[in-house]
Amino acid sequence: MLLQAKEVTHYFGGLCAVSNFNLDLEPHELVGIIGPNGAGKTTVFNLITGVYKASRGSIKIDGVELVGKTPNQITALGIARTFQNIRLFKDLSVLDNVRIANYSQTKYNPVEALFHLGRYDAEEKRMAEHAMDLLAVFKLQDYADEASKNLPYGLQRRLEIARALATNPKILLLDEPAAGMNPNEIGQLMEFIGWIRKEFDLTIILIEHQMRLVMGICERLKVLDFGATLAEGLPKEIQNNPKVMEAYLGEGGDL
Amino acid sequence: MTYLFQQVLNALQLGSIYALIALGYTMVYGILTMINFAHGDLFMLGAFFCFLAATFLHLPFIPTLLIAMIGVAIVGVLIERFAYKPLRQAPRVSAIITALGVGIFLENFTLVFAPYPQSVPTLIKNTTWVIGGVSISSLQLIIIALSIVLMILLDFIVRKTMVGMAMRAISWDKAIVPLMGIPLDLVISATFALGTSLGGAAGVMYALAFPVIDPYMGVLIGWKAFIAAVVGGIGNIRGAMIGGFILGGVEILVAAFLPSTYRDFVAFTLLLVLLIFRPYGILGKPRPQKV
Amino acid sequence: MTNQPSSIKNWIERLGALWEKIVSNRKLLPILLVVGLLFSFAIPQFGLLNQYVVLIMIYVGINIILSTSLNLINGYMGEFSVGHAGFMAVGAYVSAILTTKVIPANLAPWLFPLVVIAGGVGAGLIGILVAVPSFKTRGDYLAIVTLAFLMIVKSVIENIEAIGGPRGIPGVTLLTTLPWTFIWVVITVWVIRNFVYSNFGRGVLSIREDEIASDLMSVNSRQVKMLAFVISSFFAGVAGALFAHVLQFISPRVFDIVKSTDILIMVYLGGIGSIAGSILGAVIFTILLEVLRPLGMWRMVLMPLVLVILMIYRPRGIMGLREFRWFVPGYDLFASKIWRKKKEAKDASAS
Repeated sequence: MLLQAKEVTHYFGGLCAVSNFNLDLEPHELVGIIGPNGAGKTTVFNLITGVYKASRGSIKIDGVELVGKTPNQITALGIARTFQNIRLFKDLSVLDNVRIANYSQTKYNPVEALFHLGRYDAEEKRMAEHAMDLLAVFKLQDYADEASKNLPYGLQRRLEIARALATNPKILLLDEPAAGMNPNEIGQLMEFIGWIRKEFDLTIILIEHQMRLVMGICERLKVLDFGATLAEGLPKEIQNNPKVMEAYLGEGGDL
Repeated sequence: MTYLFQQVLNALQLGSIYALIALGYTMVYGILTMINFAHGDLFMLGAFFCFLAATFLHLPFIPTLLIAMIGVAIVGVLIERFAYKPLRQAPRVSAIITALGVGIFLENFTLVFAPYPQSVPTLIKNTTWVIGGVSISSLQLIIIALSIVLMILLDFIVRKTMVGMAMRAISWDKAIVPLMGIPLDLVISATFALGTSLGGAAGVMYALAFPVIDPYMGVLIGWKAFIAAVVGGIGNIRGAMIGGFILGGVEILVAAFLPSTYRDFVAFTLLLVLLIFRPYGILGKPRPQKV
Repeated sequence: MTNQPSSIKNWIERLGALWEKIVSNRKLLPILLVVGLLFSFAIPQFGLLNQYVVLIMIYVGINIILSTSLNLINGYMGEFSVGHAGFMAVGAYVSAILTTKVIPANLAPWLFPLVVIAGGVGAGLIGILVAVPSFKTRGDYLAIVTLAFLMIVKSVIENIEAIGGPRGIPGVTLLTTLPWTFIWVVITVWVIRNFVYSNFGRGVLSIREDEIASDLMSVNSRQVKMLAFVISSFFAGVAGALFAHVLQFISPRVFDIVKSTDILIMVYLGGIGSIAGSILGAVIFTILLEVLRPLGMWRMVLMPLVLVILMIYRPRGIMGLREFRWFVPGYDLFASKIWRKKKEAKDASAS
């Protein structure tokens, strides 16, 4: 088992944002988390990545406990994410955005950096090349020296995924990757997600509202509502689950 | 015991001056999330307006106070219009630097006309009563009472009037306020006028209590009042009042029991310790970071 | 007569083009460095310029060190430190105590580089203390921490009689020479540039842009902040040491909030996040103050006005977030080009 979340619970003040969240993730799975607005989906991501410290429960990757670790430690252990609202380093170049994500794998120490000694030159070259290769995979190589805020929206989304992959993750968390996309673009995105999963040997957790995307690519779904897990199973089962329909559409709804 | 009571009185006097200045910082911060570093120098201007009105116009206390408050308020509103308004969309730090620049400008501009420290004439006949060994001066009582009246007035304006409501709305969400039909610029001007006039009043009181004034008097006191605002929780009006009195109290107590050169050291160390335990001040609340 | 304005404009444009050419010509930099070093020795040796001008040049150099090092915190990291004069004071006092009380006078000129380093190390160690609160607090609150730090340093010095208390240390030997200033400026700029264009430096930038995202991209923000503060305060200490040995008298009053404000003005005038900006800011500020001296007191009225107008029309300063190509390491400047060439070569050989 790659990732194991057990009875993860989180309170904001007195409000229970996530309660008893469980997740067992096998390598190479693609799991979707769905639910109405405010159901605690993004909070789950924040708990896994260490932005918030879980009030209770445990999250383990390859048997290593994550609760209590800082976000940068957790990322270095192989969990990367994107954000609901794009959070690129806006004034920095596209290349720098990707290189920064290489931080935990940088193999020179501060003294070497300050005086340009030892491994510094070789390592800088390697990182630049690695970052450019990655950008090329995402067809962003021509924008390498552009400030990332100048990219069109779609490319910014793509750059965010490229940046996340630069941390060399085992698990990728995508927070509403299809937000603001038209049906045509969603189709492309579905193919794209499938492709990076294979290419980078990733396990993916995905938060999404676009049912077409969720039903199309997720192998397994978890439905959250008011922080509690409402249902889980195969997309087909979820589609026909009356409790889910009720949460989404009120009684008698149809997905 | 009498000694202690004496010091409490001194602390209240100093604290009320700090509190009045701190209010100006906190109001502007609440509404623009900007630290108006020129505020200490507006306090200095208040003292100088008091000096001018008393020396050249021979006015009594109340008209002098009003002239100083109105004069400082006009300068404050002008500064906002010409220096800060163009920077509302700019990076926050350019606004801070501009404020520092405006402050230095005010200091040096005043210095051109007042290269030497000036002494302020006596406006209030100071009688001292000795009650049970404690000497109470009328000046001290007037300063404390007047500050409290001004603070209550401000609290009333902010909580009960339309302008105050608009101010609180802006500090909640600046983007939505114009959509509600509230004239944003006008309310911001009103905030500056109110905040800076309190600074001006503090300047007058300071000039009465310590009648030798110079153009740089606002620098250190300004920074200290800013600290008072932070201790109370910046952006929070009641916090600024509490912070002002706490800082005044600490300084007087330190000066009472230790050599006076330790005053700044203890005050600032206490500030650091407080910030470690309450990083957002006494009444401040952290703004939640959305991820 | 009629074409005069246009010819002036023409000249300005030509000068601008020439300037662009100079600052983007990377081969020129080593030549300039060697020439600068030679001149820094030759000017005092042969009395090429009068004492006053040499003194101004030394102050320009010290100010460059101060603005470049403060830019690391305020420009690259995006925090607002007002405590730079405090680090400067630590460096100045450590070095001045060494030269006036510890080292015999005849050895002092020989040991001066070590004295300056000692000043820097002293300030750097204190920098660690300020870095720690920066782990948790940001923005305005960190600004206050640095302010409090400055006040505490001043107050501690005032209360230690052994180092002169409020009266300070008089009679510091004149040891800061033009060549030493030049060498320290070059070291400062070089080291800070190296740092900024390393992955630690990029970490500093990413904290300015978005600290949470930066953490989630594996940047160890504590390490990065610690490094930035220690490096910045080290060079502030170096500047303080140089300053003490040219002013020949130090007291706590020299390093007050006004001194910090001067450095802030240089940084924001020149432009945040730019080494070229820091240098320009320091040069323009120092020289302008001297040029405007005939204006007397109005000079100090004019300076802040210039700053305010600059902030309104160029809120990021002259060079905000831009850099002369001089200061960008080649592998960084050409990273994408090098990669493209390599790839083309590979593609060509494949087909």
